[in-house]
Amino acid sequence: MIFPGIAKHIYQMIINFVQKIYALCSIINIMEEKKKLVVGWFSFTCCEDSTILLTELLNDHLDEWKKLVEFRYIRPLKTKNSIEGLDVAFIEGAVSSEKQAEEVKKIRENAKYVVAIGSCACTGMPSASRNSFTEDMISERISWYMNNFDYGKKVQKLDEVIKVDDYVAGCPMGVQAFMDALNKYLKLFGIV
Amino acid sequence: MHTGEITIDNITKIEGSAGLKVTIENAQVKDLKFIIQDYRRFYTDAVKGKPVVAVPAFLSRICGTCSVAHLFASLKAIEQSQGIELTVQAKKLRRLAYDGLMIRDHALHLYFFVLPDVLGLDSIWDIPDEADNLGHVLLHDSYDIKRVGTEITNVVIGAAIHAPVPTVGGFLRNPDPGKFADLITKLEAIRPQVLRGIKTFFEWPESLIRNTDYMYLRNDQQFDFLEGDILNSNGRRTSQNEFLSFMEKIIVPYSQSEGYKLSDTHKDYLVGALPRINFNKDLLNPRTASDAAQYLGVFPSHNIHHNNLAQAIELLQCVDDALDILRTIQIDPQEKPVRKPPQAGTGVGVVEAPRGILYHRATVDEKGMLVDYDVIVPTSQNQIAIENDLKQYFNENLANKNEDELRLGAEKIVRAYDPCMSCSTNFLKIDWIFK
Repeated sequence: MIFPGIAKHIYQMIINFVQKIYALCSIINIMEEKKKLVVGWFSFTCCEDSTILLTELLNDHLDEWKKLVEFRYIRPLKTKNSIEGLDVAFIEGAVSSEKQAEEVKKIRENAKYVVAIGSCACTGMPSASRNSFTEDMISERISWYMNNFDYGKKVQKLDEVIKVDDYVAGCPMGVQAFMDALNKYLKLFGIV
Repeated sequence: MHTGEITIDNITKIEGSAGLKVTIENAQVKDLKFIIQDYRRFYTDAVKGKPVVAVPAFLSRICGTCSVAHLFASLKAIEQSQGIELTVQAKKLRRLAYDGLMIRDHALHLYFFVLPDVLGLDSIWDIPDEADNLGHVLLHDSYDIKRVGTEITNVVIGAAIHAPVPTVGGFLRNPDPGKFADLITKLEAIRPQVLRGIKTFFEWPESLIRNTDYMYLRNDQQFDFLEGDILNSNGRRTSQNEFLSFMEKIIVPYSQSEGYKLSDTHKDYLVGALPRINFNKDLLNPRTASDAAQYLGVFPSHNIHHNNLAQAIELLQCVDDALDILRTIQIDPQEKPVRKPPQAGTGVGVVEAPRGILYHRATVDEKGMLVDYDVIVPTSQNQIAIENDLKQYFNENLANKNEDELRLGAEKIVRAYDPCMSCSTNFLKIDWIFK
């Protein structure tokens, strides 16, 4: 019969041994795992057509991109998202409020590069249509919304709020231009 | 949880931005706010004063995913205002293109947004890579299904998103019938994949039963998303022009979108695939009805999660309908859009968007310039039903689920509605009632 103290000691040794093996395996896994391009995909004021186009591109590229790209933030497709440590932030949509402006500034601080995606991010239009409304077009109902929510005075394109490194224009975004931008950053970060 | 607050700042795996704030007191929901957060773009004001031919393409920008629904509803409204009647060929081609939209849109929702819930995963990125894993098989099915939907729209209307070919009175160019055989082959190839999806959503045991009031479009001749009368589940039936008489508008002060209730019962109601299958399953394509027979028995259903199953069945319906059209249509390559000199008038266009009834109304002056425009989208109509479903869910589960489980359960309910926030924040209404 083994004394309870010795049994406990042997049990603890086994646990420690298993934990060390597990930790070693994790390190080997990390070493073997190739670096991926860490990207975030963000939508502000727009119809999200470029997001839909991206989901179309996933038909043909998801399997390939799983090995090359980590989508760390893409709210339409994931519940667990983070904006920390992004290599590239792709941002679609125009900026409608100070709150949205603060959000894009925070993304800029967390991303090495920012790419404006689609017409609303690149030019403001058509989401910025209200910028050209004349006084007589500002109805009581428009005023109600403007006063009850935190609308900015003007809708802004992305580079009116933050520095933008690349532009993928189009409504929705041009597919080839997006693929070119993605490949550019895959090469820049030594992924391919 | 007995007392406290549960907040979801941004509900995920939906289109657009919405949040949820639940206040709990003594293990009961004291207050619950489903908050649509997208900023309005006031597009229905931006189009005033523009020539009507330019309006539908602009308003398709209300929404990226169901842009074809907005485009076709707007075309219908303007065509009615101008007394323009489409040719038989143009009607069939719009129906075919709409099948393409539904196939792509339903597949995106079912496989990219909901399937991870079915598999108990966070996202499609977490689906295993093993070829024999059911999740892997279904995900790869979805690529094929979505691709075919997109290809149909590419062939018929030039693109899946913001299609350039449809115009007032018809089409700017006619499709190349030489491309139909390839579409037929691909549609036949995805039928078994679509049926596998139907089985998957049929077997998913998720359930929340509350609402029993609905509104939907019905054409007694065939299962139709574009033509028919408006019906509600209390037996009332009216023409598309009288749609507004069915509903009362409710202002929701914390949301960027208004809500709606039925005008006769003052109750919330649901629009979408669930009422369409509940009340129109007798009109399904014979091939769909036959192959989906074992799953149709659950309808009529009041389980909101069966909106997913209903979409999966509609997916098959659209595949079979597209096959019928592609096999029988004779394209007259000389056909041109029907045009008339401009006239003053008002027109209404109601369609069943993927997520429910969509209403456009255009008022035009004698020079063909737009005077007034109005849009009512499905997510706004479902907004109060979503809130009430969530209240019931929290009250039933506060005692036996932890906060993470409650959040996930709430998100699943919202996702079941397939809501679209971009749609719900781009129009203006009048005659508001404060909640």
